[in-house]
Amino acid sequence: MELVDPMCPLPFRVQKVSWENSDVVTLDLVPESSSTPTKFQPGQFSMLYAFGVGEVPISHSGSPTEPSRVTHTIRTVGAVTNAIGKLKRGDTLGLRGPYGTAWPLKEAQGKDIVVGAGGLGMAPLRPILYSIAQEREKFGKVALVYGARDPKDFLFKDEWEVWKKNDIEIHMVVGQSTSDWKGHVGHITTLIPRLKLEPEKTCAFLCGSEIMMRFTAFELEKRGVSKSHISISLERNMKCAIGFCGHCQYGPHFICKDGPVFAFDRIEELMRIREL
Amino acid sequence: METAILSRENFGALFESLNKLGYSIVGPTIKDGAIIYDRLQEVSDLPIGWTDEQTAGKYRLERRTDEALFGYNVGPHSWKKYLFPPRRRLWKANRDGKTLKIETESLPEEKLAFLGVRACEIQAILVQDKVFQGGTHKDPYYQTQRARLIVIAANCTEAGGTCFCVSMKTGPRCTKGFDLVITEILEASRHEFVLEAGTPTGQELLAHLPVRAATPQEEQRVDEGVANAARQMGRHLDTSGIKELLQRNYEHPRWREVAQRCLTCANCTIVCPTCFCSTVEDTSDLTGDHAERWRNWDSCFTMDFSHVHGGSVRSSPLSRYRQWMTHKLASWHDQFDTSGCVGCGRCITWCPVGIDITEETNAIRKSES
Ligand SMILES: Cc1cc2nc3c(=O)[nH]c(=O)nc-3n(C[C@H](O)[C@H](O)[C@H](O)COP(=O)(O)OP(=O)(O)OC[C@H]3O[C@@H](n4cnc5c(N)ncnc54)[C@H](O)[C@@H]3O)c2cc1C
Ligand code: SF4
Ligand code: SF4
Ligand code: FES
Repeated sequence: MELVDPMCPLPFRVQKVSWENSDVVTLDLVPESSSTPTKFQPGQFSMLYAFGVGEVPISHSGSPTEPSRVTHTIRTVGAVTNAIGKLKRGDTLGLRGPYGTAWPLKEAQGKDIVVGAGGLGMAPLRPILYSIAQEREKFGKVALVYGARDPKDFLFKDEWEVWKKNDIEIHMVVGQSTSDWKGHVGHITTLIPRLKLEPEKTCAFLCGSEIMMRFTAFELEKRGVSKSHISISLERNMKCAIGFCGHCQYGPHFICKDGPVFAFDRIEELMRIREL
Repeated sequence: METAILSRENFGALFESLNKLGYSIVGPTIKDGAIIYDRLQEVSDLPIGWTDEQTAGKYRLERRTDEALFGYNVGPHSWKKYLFPPRRRLWKANRDGKTLKIETESLPEEKLAFLGVRACEIQAILVQDKVFQGGTHKDPYYQTQRARLIVIAANCTEAGGTCFCVSMKTGPRCTKGFDLVITEILEASRHEFVLEAGTPTGQELLAHLPVRAATPQEEQRVDEGVANAARQMGRHLDTSGIKELLQRNYEHPRWREVAQRCLTCANCTIVCPTCFCSTVEDTSDLTGDHAERWRNWDSCFTMDFSHVHGGSVRSSPLSRYRQWMTHKLASWHDQFDTSGCVGCGRCITWCPVGIDITEETNAIRKSES
């Protein structure tokens, strides 16, 4: 019996390096072996291994129908992510995945969509926009509500025009205004009351800090959106991504396999408990 | 099930037969003042004539008045160290120019015989089976070693001071998960072992041994022995609605109280036979072209355990003790449809300040009534 070790990464090669801003980089990665699958569903993540340094969970930020490569967007914050940030075109890294639950896009067909992103939370949400764009007619109104600390923190700026062309409304807000910023200042929660939406047929997908997601969900609820139609994505320390290491536990859940995407009504109570 | 009698004089035949069938034997033996699990060569390696006195925060070996082979309960080790080693290399990576190659580790080839596995410990193995080979992903090392395992269990006829297997419905009688189970009978004039096979492998082993058929009276001795152990339980835990009890009491003041005593030393997680948490360690050599990944046992009591960028999610001792205890007794049911506690009492005995999981739970329950 040939046993595959689920902890073994497979080699991938960096095809393209695009810096989004001073500390966030997007990498296009191609598997060394053409038999390595690259399929994933929006919301899922993979484990990226920087040679000799370590392995970290990173969401898929590319298009789910791209047949031959995967894309990840990484903020360089510590040992592993900085090592990944140093990679150049042609360098290799290890990757295993995809893991975790996906945004429930099938259930959202025929509905209006609110995509709520806070900062780097835009990365795991971008695949939703790619999926919607491909089958735009299957969805109602689509709004992206996107908050960042400061205008330079916004990601994927060169795609905004394409999204708008696909009839995706974009609402932006920054925490701190700069001289060249003419848009909203404040929190993304302040944008929710202004959205034109039909609450009973709206699905929301939120990713950002836990505080941001909770308060955005509360605002959506106030508008009449059902908790069960709001999905959020959680983050915890992860050492294995396959339910072995125990690090990602969140009450009864393993975030690596029961999450990272959860229906808000399933975890709202848990989110109230400090240091869970 | 066929029941047979093996005499004390012939007990060595069990070792010989296991060796003949290709098994290396691991089991209880004395080291550094405790009964631990290690390689056994011969019967005399067993803790013959010793017992263990256990209570909250205390463990002491004592001489028995007889020469029992299995006259003790459980010590600081558990069998998990053989199926889920405390430290293991997962793979090696080599970088040759710009090419990355990952080399998987070879899997265990040795056949192991666990000798003297208690009922609660069998349940602990069945619990870890669910973790490491019951889900979508399987641990190939665990799976391989587990498949190359023969379990020779031992029914408890005496219980320890921190035992509560009766409460957890895991013992003291071994009812599943063993190949062969031994019950020791010791009287002034006789020293024998009642053997029962639980699987065809156990039956085959039994066929190799110089045994005779047991009489109905001798079979009854097994019932009496385990009934005696059941009466001696040092601890009791009311498990009715325990998952809901703890899950509605995440904010109970008792957590603050126990956190003042807990040293967050992680002893309880290391001795627990079901705790499965691990961390990984990445290394590379000086050339920078050879790297390795190791997996080590970890504990939810460390600060690093819940580290995310910006700090630990569970920075207070309260949150870490609560995570451990609610995982054992409550969320384990959600995750694996079983309790994570088998009632072995190790965490009570080996806690340096004597924190008792049964007492903590009872305190929360009492406050509700
Ligand atoms: C499901 C999931 C998806 C993620 N998606 C992205 C993404 O798309 N882009 C991105 O930039 N970051 C993402 N993160 C966060 C990213 O994993 C951390 O920033 C990264 O682990 C930090 O590692 P480091 O070694 O660079 O930093 P250090 O702070 O040195 O981290 C040391 C160790 O702590 C752990 N750790 C630290 N922060 C986190 C964290 N936030 N989450 C989980 N483990 C952490 C890791 O095990 C890491 O090895 C995601 C996290 C999760 C759980
Ligand atoms: S929690 Fe304590 S009593 Fe229960 S199985 Fe673990 S060590 Fe034994
Ligand atoms: S309960 Fe006891 S053994 Fe467990 S971490 Fe606290 S002090 Fe250590
Ligand atoms: S990341 Fe290891 S159990 Fe979830």
